[in-house]
Amino acid sequence: MAAMDHTGPTLIAGGRVIDPANGRDGVADVLISDGVVREVADSIPAEAVDEHGHMINAAGLVVAPGFIDIHAHLREPGYEYKETIVTGAAAAARGGFTTICAMPNTDPAVDNEAVVELVNRRAADAAVRVRVIGCVSRHRAGRELADMEELASAGVVAFSDDGDPVYDAGLMRLALTYSRDLGAPISNHCQDYGLCCGGVMAEGWVSSRLGLAGIPAVAEETMVARDIALAELTGGRLHLAHLSSAGSVSMVREAKERGINVTAEVCPHHLWLTDEWALGGQGDPNATGLMCYDTYTKVYPPLRSHVDVAACLAGLADGTIDCVATDHAPHERASKECTYNDAAFGISVLETALGTLMAPVHRGSIDLTTMIHRLTVGPARVLGDAFTPYASLSPGAPADLVIFDPNARWTVDVNRFASLGRNTPLDGVELQGQIAATMVAGRIVFEEETLLKQGAHA
Amino acid sequence: MATSQAVETNLVSRPVPSVAARRRHVLDLDDFTAEEIITVLDDAAAMREVLARDVKKVPTLRGKVVVTLFYEASTRTRISFEEAGKILSADVINMTTTASSVEKGESLLNTGLTLQAMGVDAIVVRHPHSGAPHFLARTLDSVAVINAGDGAHAHPTQGLLDLYTAREHLGDLAGRKVVIVGDVLHSRVARSAVWGFAHLGANVVLCGPRTLLPDPFTSAGWGPGDNGVHNPLANVRIQPDLDAAIEGADLVMALRLQLERQKVGFFPSMREYIRRWQVNDARMARANPDALLMHPGPMNEGIEVSTALAHGERSLIEEQVTNGVAIRMALLYQLVGSGPGGD
Amino acid sequence: MDEASATGREIMDADEMRRALTRMHHEILERNHGAEGLLLAGIRTRGVPIAQRLAEHIMASEGVAVPVGHLDINLYRDDLSERPRMRVRPTTMPVDVTGRTVVLCDDVLYTGRTVRAGMEAISDLGRPLRIQLAALVDRGHRELPIRADFVGKNIPTRQSELVRVRLAETDGIDDVYILDRWVD
Repeated sequence: MAAMDHTGPTLIAGGRVIDPANGRDGVADVLISDGVVREVADSIPAEAVDEHGHMINAAGLVVAPGFIDIHAHLREPGYEYKETIVTGAAAAARGGFTTICAMPNTDPAVDNEAVVELVNRRAADAAVRVRVIGCVSRHRAGRELADMEELASAGVVAFSDDGDPVYDAGLMRLALTYSRDLGAPISNHCQDYGLCCGGVMAEGWVSSRLGLAGIPAVAEETMVARDIALAELTGGRLHLAHLSSAGSVSMVREAKERGINVTAEVCPHHLWLTDEWALGGQGDPNATGLMCYDTYTKVYPPLRSHVDVAACLAGLADGTIDCVATDHAPHERASKECTYNDAAFGISVLETALGTLMAPVHRGSIDLTTMIHRLTVGPARVLGDAFTPYASLSPGAPADLVIFDPNARWTVDVNRFASLGRNTPLDGVELQGQIAATMVAGRIVFEEETLLKQGAHA
Repeated sequence: MATSQAVETNLVSRPVPSVAARRRHVLDLDDFTAEEIITVLDDAAAMREVLARDVKKVPTLRGKVVVTLFYEASTRTRISFEEAGKILSADVINMTTTASSVEKGESLLNTGLTLQAMGVDAIVVRHPHSGAPHFLARTLDSVAVINAGDGAHAHPTQGLLDLYTAREHLGDLAGRKVVIVGDVLHSRVARSAVWGFAHLGANVVLCGPRTLLPDPFTSAGWGPGDNGVHNPLANVRIQPDLDAAIEGADLVMALRLQLERQKVGFFPSMREYIRRWQVNDARMARANPDALLMHPGPMNEGIEVSTALAHGERSLIEEQVTNGVAIRMALLYQLVGSGPGGD
Repeated sequence: MDEASATGREIMDADEMRRALTRMHHEILERNHGAEGLLLAGIRTRGVPIAQRLAEHIMASEGVAVPVGHLDINLYRDDLSERPRMRVRPTTMPVDVTGRTVVLCDDVLYTGRTVRAGMEAISDLGRPLRIQLAALVDRGHRELPIRADFVGKNIPTRQSELVRVRLAETDGIDDVYILDRWVD
């Protein structure tokens, strides 16, 4: 990564500063030194930067707290051919994320202190902050609780058996109850296997036409309903991972109205792509021929209908869904160059997240400030108070921030990915909204020189 | 249009205009037009003449290599393709999963690339996964791919032979009522038949237990619905009651009931299935007086079709098999036996 | 008239064509000592009406109905992979070819490759007593050792030229043109 070492302060001048935590949205200057935000003001004199520092001209760009991703698969240890912590973090930097949370479905799974320490050690070389999520169940096997207190003490920020649901309702009840005193939510991947029947894409006209086994929305919704009931019963901290269906969104909305302690996330692809992308025509519902069965669209939860996409977007806009999470799921080429049935579930998301999320913003379905909120304050609130400083540009907060051009058009080219996972259905697709620079603790960890007009030294 | 010495030189050759001119693969019937389907059926009629000869051999595909790559058990389809290829003088190599490196775990990708490197001209593939032929077709540059049945998706050559057989007896299929009975949900035969009959203007009625007729099949068919694009499936309807569905039918197609699937319990018992959905003489009496029966085979006699009906005068089952060879000859001729396309 | 008349030259009109076919049918009868055992096999497309016209002439002059077959040679071509896809149609012979004198009928004899394919196609149907060849036009430039037994008209051509035969049955008019290039 193009890290820029300098000792002095940095002034980011003239950008549109969107800092939802402080209710700021307007052109302002941001002064940084010693890795922390010093001041955000309508105008900071250039003299604030001495001969050791430098200035970034952010005119026409958006300056915001760095994005926080509470759901990423970094694959290490065990699947380093899919991704490593370092490559995943580099991808995060390219995507404007300054903190990412690694899911524990590694090999071995993160179900004890030793694996947490291993991940933390490897994360020392990472471009962005990497936090660890621990397993709910021992060996992620869904039979008995992992040593959750040990994991919490080792620093995990949430618990999840993601990749699989906590399937047994009794175990889920115990997990929600036991973790009440651990300060970390239980993030569940909701999927009723009995209703999936080997499904590989959303059930609907496309699955029917392609002769692929479908996953009905109720496979997610029945477990969402179950988990909400268990959260109400236990008072535990339930977080619902990657919601994808209109039914799930309305259940969460209703649960929140009833005061149940539940949070939820949605993935960028579920806010744009539909099951029609499986036809291989980038969403053209009339596509036929040899591009059909685009394995790069295979993901769990599956890409669903336009109705579901609209409902997820509305849920994100009105706060029913607290945050965006990428569910970044990198895979090696071979796991997608095969039949749809054989293909692995998952999309490499980190580097296309902003461009994808800007589509509904440009369409007017959600405003930019709200979207930034769902990438910063939203995920921080899911994880708890310790994350609050990373989600704002308050004076004294760590200088984790992102600068992006909301209007720049660029074409996704997987060969430029930092992620080892080049698995995305968006390869070759033009997106609008591009990261100009990402900064972690005041240090630039990614910059796109064509967008970043570097200011002269003061 | 007119051409005299067209058959003599490349310069002036004027093929009969045909949509098939640019087709490289046969993956599904969804992207065929009615015109192209008729082209194939007409060619198949010529192939029927060859099949009727004492000496069933023409030199058309001499020096061409066709591989049948079957990841699923099959007798009639594989032999049908093999016979079709051999009558056309192609070298036909049968590759089955039990006697090949597929058993050693070679991926479909590498198997395809290997066959391509060996200079194979066409791969006829059957695979338990829907879309496997599409994957091969987009992976290989110089090999024609023919789908011989993929998962629950499509069996286009079966669909074409069904159309050929139906047209021989019924003539123009426009407005004819075609009833497809059985496990539509898991049936690639049904999917291809639906596309094929719909393209030729027939009114298709799908019939079977509700658990095997999922909602997406209804009214709007497999299309996106109201996007303003012509949807050939607009006239496909669902009628779970066979007695009602068969009323006035011109053609009844009974699907093979995959007994192994019954373990999942999509319907309560075989007895109940026979009672409600078996095609038999009593039910055929409700159809048009000269209505015909088709079945893709292999048949579970006494289950989806009564034995008497299967071997009776209305049955076209054996004709379907013969026509299957002709259809496959026509497709091999079109895909392998010619240059890179017309106009 | 289309552009062809402007860029081509007519070498046979309807009357000339009728006279040529009249002469050809006499030659066929003379060579074969009558119509006994004859089978006229028209090579699709324009060989078929030529065979039918010859049969009509024979019927008129001899009172014998000579059987006419339709021969499609596309399955026997030697240049399939070089040319665009041709539609194939059924070959139909009203009688067994075995023991017959089969007269292959075509509109234009050129390289001889079509005739070779036609002979192979006939041989696959049985063992004729002999095969003869009747062509309305022989334009030369043979690529195989093949010679017509009955020719309507010999026309010297350049290889770059095109010979277009039109028949009333297929094209609505009887004529033969030499064209510099193909026009629709």
